[in-house]
Amino acid sequence: MPAPRGHRGLVARLLLFTAGSFAFGFALVPLYSVLCKVWDTGNRWYGTQTAQASVIEQPDVDRVVTIEFVGNVAHQEDWEFAPTATTMKVHPGKLYEATFHAKNLTGHAVVAQAVPSIAPQTIARYFKKTQCFCFEPQKFAIAESREMPIRFIVDRDLPPDIDRITLSYSFFDLPQAAASNR
Amino acid sequence: MAHADTHDHHDHDHKPTGIGRWLFATNHKDIGTMYLLFALMMFFLGGAMALGIRLELFKPGMQWFDPAFYNSLVTNHALIMIFGAVMPAWVGLANWMIPLQVGAPDMALPRMNNYSFWILPFAFTLLLSSFFTAGGGPAGGWTLYPPLSLQAGDSFPLTIFAIHMMGISSIMGAINVIVTIMNMRAPGMTLLKLPLFCWTWLITAYLLIAVMPVLAGAVTMLLTDHYFGTSFFNPAGGGDPVMFQHIFWFFGHPEVYILILPAFGIVSEIIPAFSRKPLFGYDAMVYASASIAFLSFIVWAHHMFTVGMPLAGQMFFMMSTMLIAIPTGVKVFNWTATMWKGSITFEPPMLFALAFLFLFTIGGFSGLMLAIAPADFQYQDTYFVVAHFHYVLVPGAVFAIMAGVYYWLPKWTGHMYSMSLAKWHFWLSTVSVNVLFFPQHFLGLAGMPRRIPDYSTQFTDWNMVSSVGGFVFGFSQLLFVVVVWQCARGGAKATDKVWDGQMTGLEWTVASPAPYHSFTDAPDLTGVADTHH
Amino acid sequence: MLNRKVLSALGGILAALPALAYESSYNMTTGVTDISRQVHGLHMMTFWVCVAIAVAVFGVMIYSIMTFRKSKGAVADQTLLHSTKVEVIWTVIPVLILIGVAVPTAKTMVRMDDTRNADLSIKITGYQWKWQYEYMGTGVSFYSTLAPSSNEARQLHSGIDPKSVKDYLLEVDHPVVVPVDAKVRLLLTGNDVIHSWWVPDFAVKKDAIPGFINEAWFKAEKIGHYTGQCTELCGRDHGFMPIAVDVVSKEDYAKWLAAQQEAAKAAAPAATTAANSAASASATL
Ligand SMILES: [Cu+2]
Repeated sequence: MPAPRGHRGLVARLLLFTAGSFAFGFALVPLYSVLCKVWDTGNRWYGTQTAQASVIEQPDVDRVVTIEFVGNVAHQEDWEFAPTATTMKVHPGKLYEATFHAKNLTGHAVVAQAVPSIAPQTIARYFKKTQCFCFEPQKFAIAESREMPIRFIVDRDLPPDIDRITLSYSFFDLPQAAASNR
Repeated sequence: MAHADTHDHHDHDHKPTGIGRWLFATNHKDIGTMYLLFALMMFFLGGAMALGIRLELFKPGMQWFDPAFYNSLVTNHALIMIFGAVMPAWVGLANWMIPLQVGAPDMALPRMNNYSFWILPFAFTLLLSSFFTAGGGPAGGWTLYPPLSLQAGDSFPLTIFAIHMMGISSIMGAINVIVTIMNMRAPGMTLLKLPLFCWTWLITAYLLIAVMPVLAGAVTMLLTDHYFGTSFFNPAGGGDPVMFQHIFWFFGHPEVYILILPAFGIVSEIIPAFSRKPLFGYDAMVYASASIAFLSFIVWAHHMFTVGMPLAGQMFFMMSTMLIAIPTGVKVFNWTATMWKGSITFEPPMLFALAFLFLFTIGGFSGLMLAIAPADFQYQDTYFVVAHFHYVLVPGAVFAIMAGVYYWLPKWTGHMYSMSLAKWHFWLSTVSVNVLFFPQHFLGLAGMPRRIPDYSTQFTDWNMVSSVGGFVFGFSQLLFVVVVWQCARGGAKATDKVWDGQMTGLEWTVASPAPYHSFTDAPDLTGVADTHH
Repeated sequence: MLNRKVLSALGGILAALPALAYESSYNMTTGVTDISRQVHGLHMMTFWVCVAIAVAVFGVMIYSIMTFRKSKGAVADQTLLHSTKVEVIWTVIPVLILIGVAVPTAKTMVRMDDTRNADLSIKITGYQWKWQYEYMGTGVSFYSTLAPSSNEARQLHSGIDPKSVKDYLLEVDHPVVVPVDAKVRLLLTGNDVIHSWWVPDFAVKKDAIPGFINEAWFKAEKIGHYTGQCTELCGRDHGFMPIAVDVVSKEDYAKWLAAQQEAAKAAAPAATTAANSAASASATL
């Protein structure tokens, strides 16, 4: 019987391959974010903000797009969370501000975080935010209420067939451990 | 193929005795036997869970179980059948047959072989013990989608660690198979002389080491999301639950081929043997298997058309999925062409291989239908999908395992088994498996979702039919145990060649039962013309 | 004579099969939307393509099994090892068939993806284990759960025969109401875990995922009551969160909406969420 020694080279290569696959599983996480951005899907990168200075306003006054705001909360008894205005008519190329209203009803101080999502998802790249409260832990004292602003501009290159954009924020209590990690 | 010298080395079979023979087993045949027996036990355990499911679904209304327990039956049935029954059965067959087929004395890494088997009983004890934890067993489906899977109670870490152990076991098994095939082939056994069972297993083994670690990574991330506050998939912390589905199915689709590729190999050996004619298009078979394995990496998102993918993504995954039909079709056509102008007989292994041929193809057809994205919106997560993958896995993978066992059993035990009992087993299984699964196509199309413990009354009739089929199928499998048991105990002496067929593998050149150490002197195949060309 | 009778009977059954398959409890519904008819068409087209291939392939298999039997004295032709010509043919033909199937499919996919110019939008939120429907911009919002009659009967050992319950497991307390011939856009999200909203008659199935907003749409062409179920395993009572949609005339819809708004207004002071009270406000900058 040949000694397993003779197989060491191949075994080592296969173990390396296996370790590589394991690492690849984790590498899929950043890879996924990149691919989502390329393929206009997922929501992890919607938090990306554009520097206000880099935005040049060139309103396309002939075109009107409806922006629809949606607020979601995981526990409705714990939060008031809603857009101050549910729809807004905007011109591409112009900077706007909208606010979401949030109030802590839990009876204790909490850290919460808003997760954004946009529909149709393929237009996310044309919806640029210069200011946003998403993916940022928000500390709320007992019964504290706050207006949270977002400033955004719809790109002039928005495909002509798009007449409506829905911007949704889901407001979650941040898991304890995650909150302390930040 | 010319017959290599047969060596009867019974006299220096240093067979260890007692429990130690099994605990410290390094012999590929002993380990193969343990794998196969373990798989059989798990097949009955997973089957019992399936019968629990069919019992609850026999008629509308909740008769037997709490819905949460029903969900854990569904979840564990899948985990046990995939990781406990089908995969260990393939590893068992690989252990028994690959050294015999490549002309090697044993598997390349006997010690690792022992570890990879003995991990399994611990893994499944862990999984099953989760039933006794607060909140019951895992009940979020074998797909473990978060956030649902993150709601699990104490069963959660047990399930995750069990999956880790199953993964480590199958990775070790895969490495062993690759090293054995790559390094231990008899002289002159070129890769294109390799029996197809070895070929498909080689490809399977590469798939295993490519994707099992990805699953391990995915479930590790679930674990840290649950206990350590990370937010890979947890939307509350900004994670993306859809990303889990992508990573899971990046593992999950190749996993489907891990379950079925060795079946292609076995059928590609049995059909020529009993058609008394060489396999049609050997090279095409090898390339088709490799193409299927390759394609399996780029079709994963067809499991998730309803998550809201961009149109371009849907189109891509639909087209790539349809492409799989081409190499799969080539295989089916080649098997058919092998029978054409053959001289066919119908021994039990051939019967199971033929049933595979017809019924796996039906699973292939429903697979093609499922690839059509707009129609998939109507099929997704209904019993149509359940029918589809059970056709592929039961009369597909499981029947091929049965065919393999019936093919090689006399070689293992040295005895012929009862042909008439085996044929009873075949006919009962084949009829009942269709009674069990065919009506599920109708149920799905008529609108019955999967993974529900109770249903609207219009689905009653087909569910009753399906349940009856399920119980007949389940109890028919006891016949299999009887056949194997009898054959292990005694019976007519099997010849070296066992079958009156046209078998070309080296395993038919050694004695029956195969000597404890397979080829102490490697057979030399140099200059032997391969029959394939 | 007898043979001929049997044959003609068989032929009759075969001819009747497609008809049976079209409208029955064992095939996909044609539904009540243009899309659902297209989807049904694609389903049937693929089905018949599969049947045609099956007849050919299974035909050859069965013929081989019947003809080339050793017991009938068949001798194997050892020279039949491969044939490039045949292999090319059986690779190319499936490719052509697949292209033939893919083209009409892609057309339907583009149509399904087009959510523009909707007449109304409904936001659907999946909960463990109920649905919430919010009519965007109207202030109308309600939950929809399994009807009490079904809920009672579905308890373990309830002793109630499900057949005695109307629309067992498919009836809800508050169905969604939508106007006929109107393009209804759905915005789907999940509150806790992933759910999936499915109404077969509209050929709409879309996941409701926490943190995400998904879009779907339908335009029902026939007044009626349509049902569906949650199709993503969502925990213990996944099987008990049905969907019911009442498609009504445009006038009835307007009446219904006004009544709902009236009720919402009456309840507004007591409402704990700002969502509804703020919902009717809108601003133009
Ligand atoms: Cu649900």
